[in-house]
Amino acid sequence: MPEPIQIQVNGESKAWRRGATVADLLEDLEIKTERVAVELNLEILDRAAFAQRQLENGDRVEILSFIGGGTEQVHRSEGVVVALGAQERYSTAAR
Amino acid sequence: MMDDRLIIAGREFKSRLWVGTGKYKDFIETQKAIEASGADVVTVAVRRVNITDRSKENLLDYIDPKKYTILPNTAGCYNVEDAVRYARLARAAGVSDLVKLEVLGDEKTLFPDTAGLLEAAKILITEGFIVLPYTNDDPIVAKKLVDIGCPAVMPLAAPIGSGLGIRNPYNLKIIMETVKVPIIVDAGVGTASDAALAMEYGADAVLMNTAIAGAQDPIAMAEAMNYAVHAGRLAFKAGRIPRKLYATASSPIEGML
Repeated sequence: MPEPIQIQVNGESKAWRRGATVADLLEDLEIKTERVAVELNLEILDRAAFAQRQLENGDRVEILSFIGGGTEQVHRSEGVVVALGAQERYSTAAR
Repeated sequence: MMDDRLIIAGREFKSRLWVGTGKYKDFIETQKAIEASGADVVTVAVRRVNITDRSKENLLDYIDPKKYTILPNTAGCYNVEDAVRYARLARAAGVSDLVKLEVLGDEKTLFPDTAGLLEAAKILITEGFIVLPYTNDDPIVAKKLVDIGCPAVMPLAAPIGSGLGIRNPYNLKIIMETVKVPIIVDAGVGTASDAALAMEYGADAVLMNTAIAGAQDPIAMAEAMNYAVHAGRLAFKAGRIPRKLYATASSPIEGML
């Protein structure tokens, strides 16, 4: 059994089997390849390259997909009341 | 309203209400709210896949990309490099060349960094992206964005998630007069009247997330927004009466005793 390689996947250190491709990694992690983007050492891979690219020691892999989002998540400032006028008051906390 | 379709970069959209998919309780609520909103464009963010908890469901299992136009954004990007990187990742994830480009200036206001926005938009347009820029209510910047090839501009109504409504209707009106591409008012609406007002001013569409997702009943608010955008659009096309200081009687004087 060849010695495993050390890689970073989404910021986590992982020992992985030598000779594995990006497609193997996705399969082992049970991630469907449709609608994911893979960045290998800051290079965005074409989907077609997943099965070709072999992982090497020290590789940094980022696997991304779509999540719910509108614009930037709001940093809720609780309890802050913005006074707009005598009658019109808007509170971010008491929404 | 049959022929009243919104067309951007050759793509036709039925609804003039676009919605975000963030901050909902769960995917079921997201799905129901989007359905109630009548929107056919939904924005999504690009983030790391959870590799430890593989049971996590995917948003796109609930929002069918065949039914909706998925508009990836670059939310959370505070510089040109990050925004360009996220846009490229979104395209690689395989939805389309569309991107809602955000380059944010600071965390407190989430106002766009318009200098960075222009720079990032230039790069992405060269790479074949259809860039829909989230911008400030600044007519000059809006014009520059159109000049470099943005097929629509998305000026804010107020800071993201603030619910303040349209803070500067006059600037929005100047933008509408200045650029000949669709204007999508993005961010800051709080309730239905804000959305109706944006459409009455002549906006081509409204994009919102928090106003719906943060409402006590998001699904009911989504429906309200749907009506509001329709009502506002109809009122705009119908042409409102001018504002006058004094009364004008509606009933004739003739025939009175």
